Amino acid sequence: MSTGNMNLTLKIWRQKNSKTNGKLVDYKLSEISPDMSFLEMFDVLNEELISKGDEPVVFDHDCREGICGACSMYINGRPHGPKEGVTTCQLHMRSFKDGDTIVVEPWRAKAFPVIKDLTVDRTAFDRVIAAGGFISVNTGNAQDANSLPIPKVQADSAFEAAACIGCGACVATCKNASAMLFVSAKVSQLAQLPQGQPERYRRVQSMVAQMDAEGFGNCTNTGACEAECPKGISLENIARMNRDFLSAKFVSEESI
Amino acid sequence: MASFGNAFSSSIGKKLIMGITGLFLISFLAVHCFINLLIFVNDGGLTFNVGAHFMATNWLIRAMEVVLMAGLLAHIIQGLRLVFQNQAARPVKYAVVDGAANSKWYSRSMGLLGTILLIFLIVHLSDFWVVSRFTGIPTVDAAGHENLFAVMVARFQTLWVVILYTLAMASLCYHLLHGFASAFQTLGWNHKKYTPIIKAVGVWYSIIIAILFAIMPVAIYAGFIK
Repeated sequence: MSTGNMNLTLKIWRQKNSKTNGKLVDYKLSEISPDMSFLEMFDVLNEELISKGDEPVVFDHDCREGICGACSMYINGRPHGPKEGVTTCQLHMRSFKDGDTIVVEPWRAKAFPVIKDLTVDRTAFDRVIAAGGFISVNTGNAQDANSLPIPKVQADSAFEAAACIGCGACVATCKNASAMLFVSAKVSQLAQLPQGQPERYRRVQSMVAQMDAEGFGNCTNTGACEAECPKGISLENIARMNRDFLSAKFVSEESI
Repeated sequence: MASFGNAFSSSIGKKLIMGITGLFLISFLAVHCFINLLIFVNDGGLTFNVGAHFMATNWLIRAMEVVLMAGLLAHIIQGLRLVFQNQAARPVKYAVVDGAANSKWYSRSMGLLGTILLIFLIVHLSDFWVVSRFTGIPTVDAAGHENLFAVMVARFQTLWVVILYTLAMASLCYHLLHGFASAFQTLGWNHKKYTPIIKAVGVWYSIIIAILFAIMPVAIYAGFIK
């Protein structure tokens, strides 16, 4: 199925399970089309491995449209590879050159243990959401349009935060493996809307407590997360979360 | 009973301590720099010694010295703890990291820059603070004030000391280039109108304060200040 002209050397992290140590293994691929996506290139590699009787490389993927947040490869030192604003599935081989060596590693963080090869366990994110990333009110039937007045800038800002697909690139690229950008996006999408207000300060405290319990590192404001986020989630969300968290701790009379 | 709970032990609380002590230390640097600039009056240290005498005897300044030392220690200890905790958050390191693609090297090297500053501080405090507080300044100037200026001039006759101080000020510059604006972000003070101003002030403050401090030992070594 390969009909292109690119020859590549891949150095891919192979790891049997979370108990064993992994290592980078070299693979040669030839006749790769520049129009393939990065994951299609992996499909070609895996077909070759299977036909040789070898174990295929395990990696996460789902929608392959850049909206689900499943794919998660750390390519040549960057999450989702060299292009900005794209996930691994939306990265194409034309972003590389013939003869390139490409190093592919899994997300690396204590809170994201490797399950196998390039697949990591990101359920820490689910537990952070379960700790408070929701609203408990019954929203009832669909409201008439504009029955809840929300200023346009605020709606836009909440919507931009809600664009987070929870892929974990922010954690992967952060030198501290901090999850602040993810958690702040999930806090901010609700903190700016009327439905999110009743639980606003409980939510931020519970989610930050869970984030810390999962073993993510502490944010040092390098801004790498914002630069690498495929959905362009802004550092403003982290400042908003800090603001809400500190007000909850030092201004609110309620303690959690 | 209501309590502050994990306000300070949470990741955001730990950073709050770094941010507040950092901003406090930044404000101290401005005062320190202003007093030191009095050497450029170039009157054999008479004006500088008046300033140093005021700083050493004013009760409010002496009280703030205790706060300063507490703030400095909190910043250092908390900073080192964060470095180790953050390293532990990624037990298996990447084979390839392209950090330059997404962030400034100095923002990723605050621990290293801070450690250089810590080594400098040990030398610097034993050079001047220990002398003026504990072992005693040996001479007095023409006006009868303790001659801290003479201690300073004597110290900066040695080339390696001047080089160490200059390198430390380069570290300070980069430490502040990240730290100044970062402290405001940690406090949640991110605002479309103010953040660009904070960032610009931070850059200018870092560069100017580092240059002003660095030219002092150089000027003394070169013999411009006598």
